[in-house]
Amino acid sequence: MLRRRLNRLFGRDERRVDSRTIYVGHRPCPATDAFIPPKFCDNRIVSSKYTVWNFLPKNLFEQFRRIANFYFLIIFLVQVIVDTPTSPVTSGLPLFFVITVTAIKQGYEDWLRHKADNEVNKYLVTVLEDGRRARKESEKIKVGDVVEVVEDETFPCDLILLQSSREDETCFVTTASLDGESNHKTHYTVPDTEKGLESLSATVECEQPQPDLYKFVGRMHIYKNDQEPAVRSLGPENLLLKGATLKNTQKIYGVAVYSGMETKMALNYQGKSQKRSVVEKSINAFLLVYLCILVSKALVCTTLKYVWQSQPGQEEPWYNQKTQKEKDANLYLNMFTDFLSFMVLFNFIIPVSMYVTVEMQKFLGSFFISWDKDFFDPEIQEGALVNTSDLNEELGQVEYVFTDKTGTLTQNSMEFIECCIDGFQYKNRDSSTELDGFCVTDGPVSMLQQKAGREEEELFLRALCLCHTVQVKESTGQEDGVGDQVDGVLGLDGEMVHPAELRGFIASSPDEVALVKGAMKYGFTFLGMESKNMRVMNRDKDVETYELLHVLNFDPVRRRMSVIVRSKCGDIMLFCKGADSSIFPRVRQEEVDRIRMHVERNATEGYRTLCVAYKLLSSEEYAQADAGLREARLALDDREAKLMAVYNQVETGMSLIGATAVEDRLQEEAAETMEALQRAGMKVWVLTGDKMETAKSTCYACRLFQRGTELLELTVRTLEDGGRRREERLHEVLLDYHKRSWTSAKQDYGFIIDGATLSLLFNSSPDSSHYKSLFLQICQNCTTVLCCRMAPLQKAQIVNMVKNSKGSPITLSIGDGANDVSMILEAHIGIGIKGKEGRQAVRNSDYAIPKLKHLKKLLLGHGHLYYVRIAHLVQYFFYKNLCFILPQFLYQFFCGSSQQPLYDAAYLTMYNICFTSMPILAYSLLEQHICMEVLMSNATLYRDVAKNAMLRWSPFLYWTLLGVYQGLLFFFGVRFLFSNPALQDNGQVFGNWSYGTIVFTVLVFTVTLKLAMDTRHWTWINHFVIWGSLAFYMFFSFFWGGIIWPFLRQQRLYFVFANMLRSVSAWLVIILLVLLSLLPEILLLVLRKPRWPHSRQKKPLVQSGEGETQSSARPLLMRTFSDESNTIL
Amino acid sequence: MMKEELETTNRPDNTAFTQQRLPAWQPMLSAGIVIPGFVLIGLAFIGIGVGLFITSQNITVLEKDYTGVETTSDCYKCSNPSDKNCTCKLEFSLSNLFEGPVFFYYGLSNYFQSQRSYGASKDEYQLSGDLDYFKTPVSACSPYQYDANQKPIVPCGSLANSMFNDTFKLYQIVNGTKKLVPFDGKGIAWWTDYNIKYRNPSVTPLKNAFNGTVKPSFWSKPAYELDTSDPSNNGFVNQDFLVWMRRAALPDFRKLYRRITEGDYASGLPAGNYSLEIAYNYPVLSFGGRKKVVFSNVSWMGGKNQFLGIAYLVVGSLCVVMSMVMLIVYAKFKFPEDD
Repeated sequence: MLRRRLNRLFGRDERRVDSRTIYVGHRPCPATDAFIPPKFCDNRIVSSKYTVWNFLPKNLFEQFRRIANFYFLIIFLVQVIVDTPTSPVTSGLPLFFVITVTAIKQGYEDWLRHKADNEVNKYLVTVLEDGRRARKESEKIKVGDVVEVVEDETFPCDLILLQSSREDETCFVTTASLDGESNHKTHYTVPDTEKGLESLSATVECEQPQPDLYKFVGRMHIYKNDQEPAVRSLGPENLLLKGATLKNTQKIYGVAVYSGMETKMALNYQGKSQKRSVVEKSINAFLLVYLCILVSKALVCTTLKYVWQSQPGQEEPWYNQKTQKEKDANLYLNMFTDFLSFMVLFNFIIPVSMYVTVEMQKFLGSFFISWDKDFFDPEIQEGALVNTSDLNEELGQVEYVFTDKTGTLTQNSMEFIECCIDGFQYKNRDSSTELDGFCVTDGPVSMLQQKAGREEEELFLRALCLCHTVQVKESTGQEDGVGDQVDGVLGLDGEMVHPAELRGFIASSPDEVALVKGAMKYGFTFLGMESKNMRVMNRDKDVETYELLHVLNFDPVRRRMSVIVRSKCGDIMLFCKGADSSIFPRVRQEEVDRIRMHVERNATEGYRTLCVAYKLLSSEEYAQADAGLREARLALDDREAKLMAVYNQVETGMSLIGATAVEDRLQEEAAETMEALQRAGMKVWVLTGDKMETAKSTCYACRLFQRGTELLELTVRTLEDGGRRREERLHEVLLDYHKRSWTSAKQDYGFIIDGATLSLLFNSSPDSSHYKSLFLQICQNCTTVLCCRMAPLQKAQIVNMVKNSKGSPITLSIGDGANDVSMILEAHIGIGIKGKEGRQAVRNSDYAIPKLKHLKKLLLGHGHLYYVRIAHLVQYFFYKNLCFILPQFLYQFFCGSSQQPLYDAAYLTMYNICFTSMPILAYSLLEQHICMEVLMSNATLYRDVAKNAMLRWSPFLYWTLLGVYQGLLFFFGVRFLFSNPALQDNGQVFGNWSYGTIVFTVLVFTVTLKLAMDTRHWTWINHFVIWGSLAFYMFFSFFWGGIIWPFLRQQRLYFVFANMLRSVSAWLVIILLVLLSLLPEILLLVLRKPRWPHSRQKKPLVQSGEGETQSSARPLLMRTFSDESNTIL
Repeated sequence: MMKEELETTNRPDNTAFTQQRLPAWQPMLSAGIVIPGFVLIGLAFIGIGVGLFITSQNITVLEKDYTGVETTSDCYKCSNPSDKNCTCKLEFSLSNLFEGPVFFYYGLSNYFQSQRSYGASKDEYQLSGDLDYFKTPVSACSPYQYDANQKPIVPCGSLANSMFNDTFKLYQIVNGTKKLVPFDGKGIAWWTDYNIKYRNPSVTPLKNAFNGTVKPSFWSKPAYELDTSDPSNNGFVNQDFLVWMRRAALPDFRKLYRRITEGDYASGLPAGNYSLEIAYNYPVLSFGGRKKVVFSNVSWMGGKNQFLGIAYLVVGSLCVVMSMVMLIVYAKFKFPEDD
């Protein structure tokens, strides 16, 4: 901790320098006169929190920082120091137990971390030292060392790749352990460093460590004999991250740039901020109330004591005289210690065990989610994943669902549907044999009415084949890679009927794979890269090679990507593909007109559309672009902005050659799931980066929008209608929509907003909050809100805005990709889908499920049950401790306010630990007040528990009153019985411990039977613990009072319990009081509206509603999807 | 092969427990069960209540205050605390036979035996016969730990020190002569108390064990001379002492003093005049307390207590009334829906 803080301080100092300089191999460079080896941290990874020496103090310190533990520690200390009614053991024992268990658990976890750290830190690596290879422990690597890594090893620190055993100066790595993406990524060596590592004299200048895995900026100066140093730019493609694994490459050499805790992996290791559930907040609020009750009880008793003592004769009756010490003590000090004693006496009202039980319930309860076989997806062989168990109950409280579209509502398994070349539509009929036929006959691809010229066709297909970053997958079986194997197959001329089946493509986005596959169907096959040459097989089975000059990467702001290639004949071409909105302004208008119609039609059908453009570069143009790109890439600061500028400059004046339509299938049961969520009272917001038309049609397909839904659009287009300033128009439209959505309650409204308008809404400074509240109010009246064209950060902004709106509703975000991480982290509950876009969403989520359809069971089933369980648990805990302590309080009026405990110390200690803990734990794990199937089929039941219904103040008041009622009953019932303490048929009398034991017996039976009455789902475990607890109480009491315990000073319960059982009156009073305590509950239970008939009636209604909505789905989306499985990976 | 293996390792167990499908009994409290249930419970309670009430009614109780606050009382003369060895009389007559066995209690009010410091002021080890604690009683006994000469007090502590020390003798006036009603001082404390929980040190004679100790300051006799008639009823197992040591729960309490089970009075106190001679030693007026004597016989439910019988009757009739109300409510609103 301290070290990290120091590092951070130190780092801040360094950051002023902004970059660090590393001497490769620690060799001084000619340029620097005085070589001062810079100091960096060592390569030790410390993820453990404790050492053997500091474990005890540090762990205790951390544990007592929790407010509850601290409270109990204080109580314990008061008991030790002040003369209190109960021995310190009564509160010390439970506290000790809790602390010990937690310490053991944390110690064990830390031991595991130590082991893992050691494994990493002691791992032997090879380091080049003065030309010799030396084996070193990983932790001894220093920044500047040249490290050798062989295949399948993980990198010991962040390295700049200097030399690779592969001919093309690349290496492959997989970052599965970093971000979960298992595909192979290509990294490149720094040019000019390949030869002679021993004599290489170079410095690396790079930015200070920062956690972004995908960003790295640096520069390398290579000094050769007496020459000007050569400067090479370094980017993330040169950086090998600690934790990644070398694949398909025999060995590499790299220079360490970041080590130990400064590696990107370590910087990313910091845990995410902890989310707290609403229930926890409720608990804290209730706790405060109980604390007030506790303090006021203690105050009342202290006051009473001194008032009572001031009466004549009561201060110090002759039979109970004070000691000299007591007489000498200061009055106010006495008052204070009395107050503390009362606090101690009543402290059981806030039980330690509640925290333990809640924690246990959450921890154990979460297993039911990961155990649920309904969440198991046979395709990925995985079930649900629970990353945090703190939020189980929050799943039953969701009011807003924010969902990503791609990969979440839709499958993100893309299929090439059709394309449009030069304004002519080409549609691919499903059957692939038919398609092959077209290919073989050398005809154009299947064509509807007319076709474009062959040249345009081929140009378009070439563009599809070249403009991407797809890799051909190398088979794991063969050492040399499949590239050769594929070549071999293709080598059999004319036999490559199904090359597609032999080929696997790897790409960061499934769209690209779909496009390459689409091109392949039409006869152009991408064969892969061969040292910067892209090889494409055309329709005539000739292999064309293109030299890949530059890749202008895709980014979500530009929404397009380009490649610059040089063909065999020397033509330099730029191919660009991207969203229509980003391409159209950069091409000629008449081309746009021809294609726009197709694009829009495709978009409304729910396809993802991309436009493809092309540009022939003259050599001068290229030279200029090349220089610009290189310069920008070398820039150390603002590299991205500079690159962007160059990109924008290059990607102009293109000509549009066509557009593609790719279908993204809906997830299984997406519509049913969304419908169920809406019926459960949740508002579904779709946040997508996709364009409005596509997103809208997905919403229709998911039945989020229905035929009757009136759509309120607030997009750049609507704002530009009036021709006035956008802000004015925005205000006007907002007011209009606001009025409309608030006037007619019956109409379903859907709201559509796009990213640009949203930023206008957020950023128009003076009226921003006014607009926001208008916007929120509109949204609250809409069943569905669709936000399209959103940047990841905007998604989080939206979530944040709703989260902090009035009533602070519970939000849930669900997504599958890296662009959803921000909203997953922002929402109360983040759910990751184990989809195809890597694992980042899953890693950052609280729960991960394989498919969207599982959300229904997770929320309506598990969430509802968890909420009911924990809410009942919390209320019950407060209740049972109130009626436990209330008689104790009342007894103070009958013992001269002298802090005389009513119950024996053993009962005080065991009440919460043994006698009443197991039934409620079993209840809170197993209860199904309504069984899972009914909850699932009747989504409206979810509304019953909405808005924290069971933990609001009114149910809390109810439980509190119940506790007060029962506590009063217990005490005064026995008090009236004791108006004549001769309760046995032999005339002997009962004393104070008999009194307490009778009250305690009534108490244990009442609270246990109260729980039994609330239990709607009696499994054998419930039977076992409920009846078992009562039996245990009886057994324990017998045992405790049946033996003279040698370790006890006072045998005050000796035979008290047995004598109590001998008295008929005691039996009768116990039965009477238990029944009378439960009577109001039974009455309420009977008179309350029974749930069952209610839900049974609802069912047919719901089913008919389902049929209705089904028909309202738009017919075009009722297409049957082909069963052909796209195995991409 | 691989795939199958994976499937078996990753797939969640399909057991009733993990899938939350344990067979369960789902009780529903419906009107059909609750209404007859309430009637049954109500009737049973009324039955028990009637039994309790009648039993309680049949118990005879005779209570007499003898604090001596009123000047008319014979004990008024003794209420002055400075007056030692004062004896007073309490006379009463019975018109009917007071059915036996008769239990004779003394009662104190506004006396807080339940105070914590009072209750804690004793030495359990001493009371279980541990001679080490005869020499050094625990500090909880303070200020009755050592006397002024630093001699240990046995039995130490406020609780023992304040032992009730009024003594009573009951005479029946038969033809102007007093006839002593024999008291039985055995079986007034819990059997386990004088057989197991409290022990005298195993020293004979018992007196020797108390060498070097002093009696509690309030006591007139040392512990080993509490009952001169029966040597086994002395020391810490003296039953009067044990009755006192079992602290009362409430400030108004009664404790069993003697049983009348012998001789002519085994079947009860016959009608006639009686005179209770009281050796008035115990001061209560200083803290506003009262003293009384209670003659009572007991039943299977113990002493007289109207509370239980009435409570049972009330709750029982409440149950019956409730079931009627529910019947009406259900007949009007609920039954059609149930079908």
